[in-house]
Amino acid sequence: MAEQNSQSDTSDDGTDAHKITARNVNVFYDDKQAIDDVSIDVDMENVTAFIGPSGCGKSTFLRTINRMNDTIPSARVEGEIKLDGKDIYDPSMDVVQLRARVGMVFQKPNPFPKSIYDNIAYGPNIHGLAANKAELDIIVERSLQRAGLWNEVKDRLSDSGTALSGGQQQRLCIARAIAVDPEVILMDEPCSALDPIATAKIEELIHELRGKYAIIIVTHNMQQAARVSQRTAFFHLGNLVEFGVTSDIFTNPQKTRTQDYITGRYG
Amino acid sequence: MTINELLFLVFAFGLIAWFVGRARAASFISSETPIINSLPNYHGWFATLWAIVPPILFLIVWINISPALITNMVLANPDAASITADSFSRSAILSEARAVANGSSQALFQEGSEKLVPLYKAAQSYYDSIAFAATLLLIFAGGTYAYTRLKPDFRARTNVEKVVMFALLLASLIAVLTTVGIVASLVFEAYRFVTLVSPFEFLFGTNWNPRDTIVAGEDNGYGAIPLFWGTIFIGAIIAMIVAIPFGLMSAIFLTQYSTPMFRSWMKPILEILAGVPTVVYGYFAALTVAPAVRDFAVMIGFSNAASDNAMAAGVVMGIMIIPLVASMADDSIAAVPGAMRDGSLAMGATKSETIKHILLPAALPGVVGGILLAVSRAIGETMIVVMAAGYAANLTANPFASITTVTVQIVALLTGDQDFGSPHTLAAFALGLVLFIVTLLLNLVALHIVKKYREAYE
Repeated sequence: MAEQNSQSDTSDDGTDAHKITARNVNVFYDDKQAIDDVSIDVDMENVTAFIGPSGCGKSTFLRTINRMNDTIPSARVEGEIKLDGKDIYDPSMDVVQLRARVGMVFQKPNPFPKSIYDNIAYGPNIHGLAANKAELDIIVERSLQRAGLWNEVKDRLSDSGTALSGGQQQRLCIARAIAVDPEVILMDEPCSALDPIATAKIEELIHELRGKYAIIIVTHNMQQAARVSQRTAFFHLGNLVEFGVTSDIFTNPQKTRTQDYITGRYG
Repeated sequence: MTINELLFLVFAFGLIAWFVGRARAASFISSETPIINSLPNYHGWFATLWAIVPPILFLIVWINISPALITNMVLANPDAASITADSFSRSAILSEARAVANGSSQALFQEGSEKLVPLYKAAQSYYDSIAFAATLLLIFAGGTYAYTRLKPDFRARTNVEKVVMFALLLASLIAVLTTVGIVASLVFEAYRFVTLVSPFEFLFGTNWNPRDTIVAGEDNGYGAIPLFWGTIFIGAIIAMIVAIPFGLMSAIFLTQYSTPMFRSWMKPILEILAGVPTVVYGYFAALTVAPAVRDFAVMIGFSNAASDNAMAAGVVMGIMIIPLVASMADDSIAAVPGAMRDGSLAMGATKSETIKHILLPAALPGVVGGILLAVSRAIGETMIVVMAAGYAANLTANPFASITTVTVQIVALLTGDQDFGSPHTLAAFALGLVLFIVTLLLNLVALHIVKKYREAYE
């Protein structure tokens, strides 16, 4: 932990060192403000956890990072979110390319009603990542392997993705997100619909993936945040209350609101 | 007393029975038995039902048998023996005398009917008093029986419930029984047709030019293939070429692209299109579209284009079907979970890629079901083709030629002076049966597909 601490300290000095920098972000649904003046930095090879009670805005904020909020007509975003120093809300930003670089895994596993193979091949196909079938096969195998699903499904790639168990479906969705070679993976409560064994597998997977991506995970489960993340952001009522190294947040919170939440006084 | 007066009597006593039953039940409530099994109102309804249902059933039967009883009584009188034996004028005399006797007619025209009038009057009043007595008897018998059953622990509530269930069952059976009756009449008449004309000629013959008299072993012009082809060509091919793309695209636009505001305007307008009477589409096709199509066909070199052509009827029918296809496709696309769409968009797919690769494949069974329902609607459609497609039974794939359909020919066969037993009329029933079987099968397949698809997401 101490080592990571010093790493993030040094990277704070350079302006372009952060993968994502959000500054003074406000999000509104019509007139209702869901996110109030949030600024946050996310680094590569790091897992950042967003915690907080229901309705605190953590999922809303997560969805601003790959502009999934665009699909909600009433949502409006103010402020600045930069990916590699480039504003993602700039009119010149290609949303389609942005989402290929910032993948997302949803709360409820949502495999497409296609075969396991086609579920993975979908992204590479629409983005033209494979020149031929052989290359596509390689991408599919590599993605499934990285998601720790290859051994379980390699003999039934043509079965429907919806026929898998819940935990396998969620790993399929992670494999699907990996297949387009993103830089950031957003996870919106990825384990809330899963049993403890499937959850443990996903957490293990997050540990392994950490080395290649910047991962942001929204979770209700504070133990999970403590287990998988290096940095933790605590949201409450649309505000970012506290953001720091995970061990500090959990052992030595600076704000009383954080402490009350972590010790189970509310939430 | 007339039937109406008797019915009034029945309902009046029914009302009285309600109050009596209710009062009787209320009298059970005392300090010793503060609670009785059913509320007094249920006791009232129980008494009412027993007082009115038996006499009403009796009256329904009575309406059907009393005219025959009266006529028999009249004919049994020696004064009636002198009237003519010719069945046609005999029944005319009898019905006239009856009409005068019960006051629905004033004057007598038929010879010999005047002396029957008093006989009818006498018979009428005789049977009227029987009906009156029987009705009163049934009311009181039923009412008394119900009254004796009322007790503090009597389950009037469940008994009334049973009657309600029975009434609902009866209501739902009416539609089913009517359908069974229609099918039975179709099958019966179609059977009479195939005893006249060989079913082989009917189903596989290509010459449609029905003759009045059937000569066995010859081609009588009852080959329905041109009709079947015309129906498929207009209803399942031309109309669907119009309806499927436009219906599907409007559904995609409405579910995926339009603002809620636009959608809330557009949906009702589409529904208005679905509510336009088909006869209006018919003259739109005949007066506006058909001439335009003919002129266009002549311009591009079809000099033999007819003014009543398959194209006009098919295109207008397609326009009529658009709302149906759009609404079914709209439902199926909207039924695909939003998580699918989000998942695809989050992969960096564009909206149209998401629609093409995720939404449409997932919604396909529902869309196909909707299309089959639309086809079944189109091939049974009559007014548009009657007005715009014409009567010539051509076996041609030229969309600018005049062409005819099964429904048009049914109309043609049944209009004008037709003897009910003639091969013309019977052929209409046979055509109707074929049409019924085809649309029934299409509907069954479509509903099966739609149902199976719905289960997949529940």
